[in-house]
Formats: sequence, structure tokens, C-alpha cells
Amino acid sequence: MKEKFNVVGKPVIRQDGRAKVTGQAKFADDYKFPNMLFGVMVRTNSTHALIKKIDYSSIANDKNIITIVDANDIKGLKKTGLIRKDQPVFAFEKIVTPGDVVAMLVGENEDELRTLARKVKIELEELPVLTDPEKALDENAPLIHPEFGTNLIIHHPLRKGDIEKGFADSDFILEQTYTTPHIEHAYIEPECVIAIPLGDKGIHIIGSIQNPFTARRIVAEVINFPLNKVKVEQAELGGSFGGKDDTMCILSARAAVAALKTNRPVKIKYSREESILESYKRHPYRMHYKVGYTKDGKIKAMKIDILADGGAYCSMTPFVTWRSVVQATGPYEIENVWTDIRGVYTNNPYTGAMRGFGSPQIIFAQESLMDEIAIHLGITPDEVRRINGFRQGSITASGQRLENHEVNLIKVLDIACEKTNFKEKWLENQKHQNRRIPTIEFDEKIRNRKLILSKEEFVEPNEIWKKGIGLAVSFRGSSLGAEGIDAAAAYLSIQNDGTAYLLCGLAENGQGMRTTYSIIVSEVLGIPVENIYYLEMNTSHIPDSGPTVASRSTIMGGGAVKNAAEVLRKRFENFLREYWKLSDDDLIIFENGSVFVKGKEEINLSFSEFSNLAYKNGICLASIGWYQGPKIHWEEETGHGSAYFTYVYGCQVAEVRVNIITGEVYVDRITAVHDAGKIINILGAMGQVYGGVTQGVGYAIFEELDKHNGKPRELNFDQYIIPTSKDVGEIIPIFVEGKDEYGPWGAKSLGEPTLELTSAAINNAIRNAVGERYFNLPINLEEILLKRKPRPEDLKRGSL
Amino acid sequence: MKTKNTSMIKLKFILNGKEIELETLPNKRLIDLLRNDLNLTGTKEGCSIGECGACTVIMNGKAVNSCLVLAGEINGSEIITIEGISNDGELHPLQENFLKYGAVQCGFCIPGMILSAYALLKKFPNPDEEQIKEAIAGNLCRCTGYKQIIEAIKNTKIS
Repeated sequence: MKEKFNVVGKPVIRQDGRAKVTGQAKFADDYKFPNMLFGVMVRTNSTHALIKKIDYSSIANDKNIITIVDANDIKGLKKTGLIRKDQPVFAFEKIVTPGDVVAMLVGENEDELRTLARKVKIELEELPVLTDPEKALDENAPLIHPEFGTNLIIHHPLRKGDIEKGFADSDFILEQTYTTPHIEHAYIEPECVIAIPLGDKGIHIIGSIQNPFTARRIVAEVINFPLNKVKVEQAELGGSFGGKDDTMCILSARAAVAALKTNRPVKIKYSREESILESYKRHPYRMHYKVGYTKDGKIKAMKIDILADGGAYCSMTPFVTWRSVVQATGPYEIENVWTDIRGVYTNNPYTGAMRGFGSPQIIFAQESLMDEIAIHLGITPDEVRRINGFRQGSITASGQRLENHEVNLIKVLDIACEKTNFKEKWLENQKHQNRRIPTIEFDEKIRNRKLILSKEEFVEPNEIWKKGIGLAVSFRGSSLGAEGIDAAAAYLSIQNDGTAYLLCGLAENGQGMRTTYSIIVSEVLGIPVENIYYLEMNTSHIPDSGPTVASRSTIMGGGAVKNAAEVLRKRFENFLREYWKLSDDDLIIFENGSVFVKGKEEINLSFSEFSNLAYKNGICLASIGWYQGPKIHWEEETGHGSAYFTYVYGCQVAEVRVNIITGEVYVDRITAVHDAGKIINILGAMGQVYGGVTQGVGYAIFEELDKHNGKPRELNFDQYIIPTSKDVGEIIPIFVEGKDEYGPWGAKSLGEPTLELTSAAINNAIRNAVGERYFNLPINLEEILLKRKPRPEDLKRGSL
Repeated sequence: MKTKNTSMIKLKFILNGKEIELETLPNKRLIDLLRNDLNLTGTKEGCSIGECGACTVIMNGKAVNSCLVLAGEINGSEIITIEGISNDGELHPLQENFLKYGAVQCGFCIPGMILSAYALLKKFPNPDEEQIKEAIAGNLCRCTGYKQIIEAIKNTKIS
């Protein structure tokens, strides 16, 4: 294992940074083409209805309409989807959710088209609406997609040991139900895509696309083209967090259909309202946990029943819920486990991939539960986790032995507790809890009540803010696991002046992947990072490397980049050994832009001179690297198997203040200790923690996408509130670099672990502050004061 | 935006240090004027209602949301966009620090963020953390959690 690094782990300026701070970076909407047309969507006001007739006659002759495209224009598959083909590009049989699009108006003036879109007459036959996932599997529930005969999208069971015996062996049994809401990704750049027809050469797509290869597959099957005639290029991506996948595939397909029909470039650009209306969300979960434990704090049995609202389309629901079933018991060794997770169709907005991918929900539930066990037994929260937590060689719920990497769960817990003085603060706060949050019931009593507080009800000014500290821990499988094929490619080409081109088949989402890969090349070949030009992502330039999801870009793409660089390095060393007439024992060093022999530093070349020399000697200066994850297996019927080939561990401690009068929670500090393996790009890694934790704070105390009859009520940032610069206190990232045989120098995953823990840690800190336990995210003012979420009766909210 | 039944007006204003004269509809949004007519695409559109701050530009020394400013309002004013911050390819100290402190991720909010900071530093050359947070509170960022952005601004010294 390499011990000393020249570039890895040091602050490096982003590859794309200069373009981004000067406004030169080209995002999708910054592209313009001659003769370009715009596509504007036609939607209905319905949530669930049969489409009887679409009548364009009122607008067909308008001079602003160049053409109208709908399902009749699709030559390939009319319905698509990443796992199950249930989502129409243009709805033609049914409306199943308010975001559905029946047609697209195409013309030169986008503004005029938006007015005309409202004039299309769509004849519908309304159907009963299903918005409650609990009713989705009822016998008389309306079927969202009748062709499947059920609203059940997926059921993942997991059975380990003897659950009844486990409960019988327990001294105590605790049962709780937790819920989490729909969450909007809230990338700041709304969706945008342009399709450019290329005649015999096919079609070129440029867009805010998270996964260009997925978009290519979907476009190809919709327009019935071979894959090599669909070139998908990624524009600079203005945030994604898992959210610019399915939606962008469908938008790309719509733009492609229109571009081929008109033989002109077609751009689709969403407003924020359209973006929130049509794009998918993070799954709301209803989680019922039953846990049996001994008086010593050892968990004997855990029975988990989870219902995930998949919304109107399948999307990633089977994979999101699969990660949940693997990780639902948390990082604890439990002999007897019985888990069922079901994903169901409803008429709500559809749900799919979002940062965390099935883990933020279960961690909120299960890490809240662990604290309740600790409090019930009179031990501290860290103790209950030490008693049950994974150690080297522990066996997971799915029967996988954790042995091929450093199992650093207890280590991250210890560091987090030590850095925050957790135990002392927690015990101190427990003493000062004020259980008298003035809960107000809006019933007849209050109307008749005198609104003058009695002495017992009066809160001293210095008693208003209560301090609390809480923690949460997690383990997380790196990359895709048994979800799918796990491999990635990278292309590295050295020029004969020593500069280089680099490209990986994964896609930059803003996380800093280009920089991480450049650091890896720089480390292996000694090329200064600034001499590496990271190429534009285009599906015609690099092998399909799967999607940029599951925090897999460093471990998988990084592995491929390292492989490409090492292949070249080996080739270069062989050449130099002969050229310099070196013995096999001589060590050739590539460092800081030069090449030399260790101990014989007089034998040296600058990397630029070397590259020219190698080029003139006919040495191939380019390579394609490949990295394939090791084999894993999964048995769907029992939930057994080696779900992921390696895992990462994290512990976050939240320190909060709760205003017991207004219900406001302010997060003073989050200490985030993560073992993500080797840290390659330190500025990027810190950015992942700051950003992930901030999203986690939003999840904990602000964010909720509410619906009325399946339609999102918060359609813009005046109503859907995400954290601003003022909303989160200090965030302290701490990295523990556990050793691992996989990934570049053991670098693994960080993006998602940073977010998944925060809401549970905050919930536990609130409990520590006020002595009340909350079960439903977000823990906003209403939740704190009323322990419920008042829902207005209609769609009207805010200014809309 | 609808631009029907309105007659063109003549505008004269200073954009990134250069005097501009043009004819446009008075109800055209400043963001559209910049992005579509003048091809300055560094100004981004994120919400169109003045909530996200991605379209922030400087107007007469103040950071404003260009999606909420109409062309008719800018006559005689001085506008600075992200394209006008750096000097002949040399980065402004704020831009340098955004890079140095790792303040950039996807980059979509960054032009607006830098301009809000620019307006702050013009007014208060040595702002404290609360002033910085307040100055960028109207610029939403979903990637960075703001911490490295705040560090970058705090450590920027302009002469």
C-alpha cells in the first residue's frame, strides 16, 4: 500500500473552476443553435383519468405552431422507464399524476407557445384518485397501471434467524412508527435539453443530464435508432443529487422526436414550477419498527415493515427499497431479523433516486429507535451503539461477513464522541429538560379559555432556548451492489509535449469528479494537474460506464482512471528501462512533472521531454482503463447475500437549540466523522460534507413537498424552503481513512453518507433538549408545538 | 414573458464598464436582455421569481435579481454581470478565493453568489461572518452548504 502521496489528499483547484467563476461554463440553456425551436408541454388539470380525445383544432392554425408532437409521433417504444417500462413519453391512454404530459407544442416563440398550451382541449374520463399508499394494496383500490394487475411495484423480504424466539428472549419490546415526506431535489438549475438532428448521422442531444448513457438508451428506444446514432453530450450540470435521470431521459426523448419531425434543433427548458411538478422526488416512507432487547442493551430481534410511496411510475423504486432492506437494521449485529419493504403505485408524484437512495428514511427511524432504547435502559446513546455495533468480522442482516475492509464503525463513533464531549453534554442536557412545551390544542376549549398564562405556564426568558446533543451512526454499501453491472472506463491520452487528455465514462454532477480523476493521474504519472485537460462528456467518446449514482464515481471511475494511468506507467517504465539501460532493480519515479531514477537522479527527463521521446520511439501514449467491481450475489426470496463488495461508516453528532415557545430548531453544530476510505480530493470531500449535511438539515427541519390530490403544493422556492446561508451553524468534517483493497488506494464513497445521518442525529438532539420524541419529518415548528402537520384543505398556498 | 402590444424604447446604460445603446421592449426582463440579446449567459435563471438569486447582477452598486428588473428600469444605470468582474482574463480576488477555498461545486449559483459578495465588499471591505451570511442569504446553493463560500468571501481583501 502506497504510504506517501504527492497530490492525493492535498488541496487542488477544481478542473472546471475557472470557467465556473467567470460565467464561461456552458450549462444546457446557454447553448443556442441556428433555426432552433422550442418545445412547450401540454398538461391536464387531472390526477387520474382516461384520455378520450386530444383536440388541437383551437390552436392548430396558429402561426406560432410549427408542429405538435404527441404519442402518435413515436416510432419506437411509447412507454419507457429505467427498470419497468411504465412511463409514457407522451401520455396516450391515461393521466396517472398531475405532472403528466400529453403533447408538446413546437415553435420559435416559447412565450406564445406557453399561452397556446393552455388552449388544447383534452377530453378526459376522471377516475378515482389514489393518494394514500396505505390504501394502494386494498382490494378495491383503483389500479394505477391496470396492465400489472396490482399496485405493488416491489416487495423485498429479508429473513434471518427466528424472529419469534428473538422476541421471546428479549426483556423489553418497543414498537414505533416513523414517517418521512416527499423531498424535492431542488437543484438550482431547472431541466434543459436540446436535440439536434444530424441527418444520416443520427441525433445529437445536449442537456443537463446526470447519466448520458441512460439517456442514450432511452432516446434510442423511443426514436428507434441504433445506439451509435444517438450522441448524448452532457452540458455543465447545475446540480442533480440523483434528480436529473429519468426526467432528463424523457425530456431528451421528447426533444429528439420533435427534432426529427421538424429537422431542426429543438430546445426544452423547464420553469421551476414545471420542474417541481413533473420531476420525481425522494420516497416518503412509513416505517413500523418492532425491536426486542435485553436489559443489558443487546438487541435480540428486529421486525421491520416499511411502505414506500412509489408514486405514479416505477422509476428506481425497486433499487431504492433494496438498499433500504439491506441497511434497515442499521450497523448492528442482530440475530433475528424479519424485514418487509413494499413499494406501491399511487397517483402522487413519482419517486426515484435522490442522494441517500433509501437510506435517509430508514436511518431516521432506526437511529431514533436506538436512542429510545438507550433512554429506556438508562444508558447513554453511544453505549447502546457500542453494545450492538458492527466490528471486524460482524455479520450483517443479510448474512454478509464484514471482513475485507477495516470495519471502523466504533472508531468513527469514538472520535465523534470525543471531539464533541458527547457523553458529558448529553447527560447534562438530560437533567435540564423542560417537558412543558406549551402544546396548544385547537379545540373548543381554547376558544373559551382565557389567554392569560398561569404562573406554571410562564417560561422565563432564559429558559426559552433548550440545548440538545444527539448522534447517529450508519454503514453504507459502496456503489451499486447487487443492483446491477458495476464497471467503469477511463480514457487517458498523453500528448507529445507531456500534457494529457482525460475522460471517464461517468459524468460530472458538480461533485468534483473531474478534479478527483486528474489528481489520480497526477499521482501515478507525475503530470501536474493543470496540464490535464478533462474532455467533454459525450457517449460517442468513451465506453458505457453505467450511471453516476450510488456515490460510485471515486471508487469505480477512480479505479478506472488509476488503471489507465498505471497501464501507461508500466509501458513507459518498460521503455525507459531499455532506453536508459537500467537493471530490474532500478526504481523509475514519475513525480512533479519529471521522470528520474531513484538514487541516480542524474538520469532524468522532464515529463514533457519524456513524452516527446516516447512518441518518437513509437510508444503508444494512450490507454483505456477499466475497473470492475468484484462479484456479489443476492437471493431475492430470503434477502440473503453479499449485498455490496465493501462498506463505509459514519457518525454525526448534532448540537441544537430548540425554542420551546416558537418551536424553532436551530442547528448550532454538526460534527461529521466519516470513514470514506482514502481521501483523494480534500477540498471536494469537505464540500461533500458541508453540502450533504446542509441537505440533511433541510430534510430534518424544513423540507416537505406537500400534495393536494396528488399535485405538489410547493412549486417554487418561495414555498419549498431549502436551507440558506443563515440556517445552519458550524459543520466540522473529520475523515477517518480506513484501509480497503478496492477503489483507488482504498478510496470509497462519501457523497451520500454525509446526508443520510443528519436528520436522525438532529431528532436525537431535539429529544435531548426538550424530552420529547418526534416521529415525523420534517420536525418543523408545527411538529414541535402541535406534534402534527396541519394540512390546508385546498391547493392554494402562498402567492400562487 | 409576454411582450405583446408594447412599443420599443431606447435605452442607454453602462454594462461592465462599456456604454450600451439599444432598442428593446420596456417590459423585457433584464435577465432576458442579458442572456438572449447581449449573449451574456453567465447570468443564470433558476426560479424566475426572485427567490434563488442565480440571476443576481449588480445595478448601481446593489445586488439585484435580474429576473425582477424590467428593461424600462435600467436606463442610465450601471450594470455589472459576472463577465465584468475579471479584468482582461485576470481573476478578481473573489474569484481566486472561490477556487482556492473549494467554494464551487456545480457552479450554477456561483455567478450570482460572487456578485452578491462583490456588492457586499464594495460597501463593507471587511465584513464579519454575519454580514456575509446576510449578503448571500438570497442566493440559494444546494451543493456546498455555503461554508467554503463564506470562507472564500471572508478571506478576500480588495484594495
